[in-house]
Amino acid sequence: MTHQPVIPQDIQGNPVRVGLPMAMLAELTHRCPLACPYCSNPVELARVNSELTAAEWGDIFRQAADLGVLQVHLSGGEPASRRDLTEIAAAARDAGLYVNLITSGIGFTEARLRELDGIVDHVQLSLQGIDAEMADWISGYGGSFARKMQVAEWIGQIGFPLTLNAVVHRQNLDRLPEMIDLAERLGCRRIEVATVQFHGWADLNRRPLMPTLAQAQRAREIVNEARRRLRGRMVIDYVPADHHATYPKSCMGGWGSTGLNIAPDGVVLPCHAAQTIKGLEFDNIRDVRLAQIWQYGAAFNAFRGTAWLPEPCASCERREVDFGGCRCQAMAMANDPLATDPVCSRSSLNARLRAEAEAEAASDDIALVYRRMPKEKRT
Amino acid sequence: MTGHRLSNACIPYLPRGVRLHDDRVRGIRVLLAPERAMQLDAVGDAILTELDGRRSLAEVILTLCDRYDAPSEQIEGDVHDFIRGLVDRRMLFLACQGPHGEAP
Repeated sequence: MTHQPVIPQDIQGNPVRVGLPMAMLAELTHRCPLACPYCSNPVELARVNSELTAAEWGDIFRQAADLGVLQVHLSGGEPASRRDLTEIAAAARDAGLYVNLITSGIGFTEARLRELDGIVDHVQLSLQGIDAEMADWISGYGGSFARKMQVAEWIGQIGFPLTLNAVVHRQNLDRLPEMIDLAERLGCRRIEVATVQFHGWADLNRRPLMPTLAQAQRAREIVNEARRRLRGRMVIDYVPADHHATYPKSCMGGWGSTGLNIAPDGVVLPCHAAQTIKGLEFDNIRDVRLAQIWQYGAAFNAFRGTAWLPEPCASCERREVDFGGCRCQAMAMANDPLATDPVCSRSSLNARLRAEAEAEAASDDIALVYRRMPKEKRT
Repeated sequence: MTGHRLSNACIPYLPRGVRLHDDRVRGIRVLLAPERAMQLDAVGDAILTELDGRRSLAEVILTLCDRYDAPSEQIEGDVHDFIRGLVDRRMLFLACQGPHGEAP
């Protein structure tokens, strides 16, 4: 354990109140056949030989359930890249957790999907585009769209409840209505429309991916119209474009408040991008019990609560709403993880952020930097 | 199905992927659904516990009236509000007679 005060304290030494976690993101591997240029995995990907074993995951799931976690999101990379996925998922279900599988679909055969029947509660299938041309270009994987649609059909036949996860950006946002139609045709109960978050890999692709202001406004209208039309038939969750907002999002519903993330190599994180924050120390589940990390881990306590907030957040009436926004964005742009999220209109950096986003959105650059594992990085 | 009156002839049921769970850590009952964990109060728990995928909304309301010795208008109002909210979020399905009915 890196740092263990008797009373949990934030980064400024203020005492913090520690609640109970609800949801855990389990990144089973960073391997993935796709190479999406906005991948949420860190730019430094974890190697295969450092991955937690199925037995280790089983122990983690039991610890998580004891700690209050109700739902686990099996993610990656691509979870299907783990040959022992069924064993891992079964361990999560046995621990009493609600098991959500987050997948691109690539790597599943019908037989492997059927193995998860009765184990996985719900499937989230990613969508890179509405047709093969767009989806295969964005994912950097020829044939991915056709295979994904085949997997969607199997999911329907087996009867898994399905959510489509559409990641949107400048290149595909104009086709949002068709994405919603596709989700309806596939019998989805939900569609998540998430605008790219410009961290990590996506930060390397701001020029081709940054949506225009007009696109962001149009997307909001499309979502509102579809919500009215589909009420009671399909739920639409929408994550709008950060850079066109007035106020920041409440990252993770508040740092260290309800969610935690386990990286493939066992590092326990308050959010998937937290390792971009310099100076924070993270514990590994191989060395420390989960309850101990959640309660006393220095990284978890660093930004808990609101006592650490600087101005203009400290006196802001929204401080309990968004907790100053995203720490990783503050780190990336202000080079200070305590700063107000530059996405906020009250941040001194907001004018610069908006100007940059506008310039990026006006770019006609369509060259993508694809996500690659280190050994392939030579190209 | 929503935005207007619910028919008491419909059979409400929890679809696959939505389930009741005893949260032993917090000592409460929760309804688990995709990306949602809904903390249930006594009323919500009582209503959902009655759903068996066979009995209609009318029968569920009658059972609850007997159990809680409450007037049927009040129980019906509570049940309808609660169920309509869950149907809108796709956390509860209704099997109804007619062209748009869904089988449990």
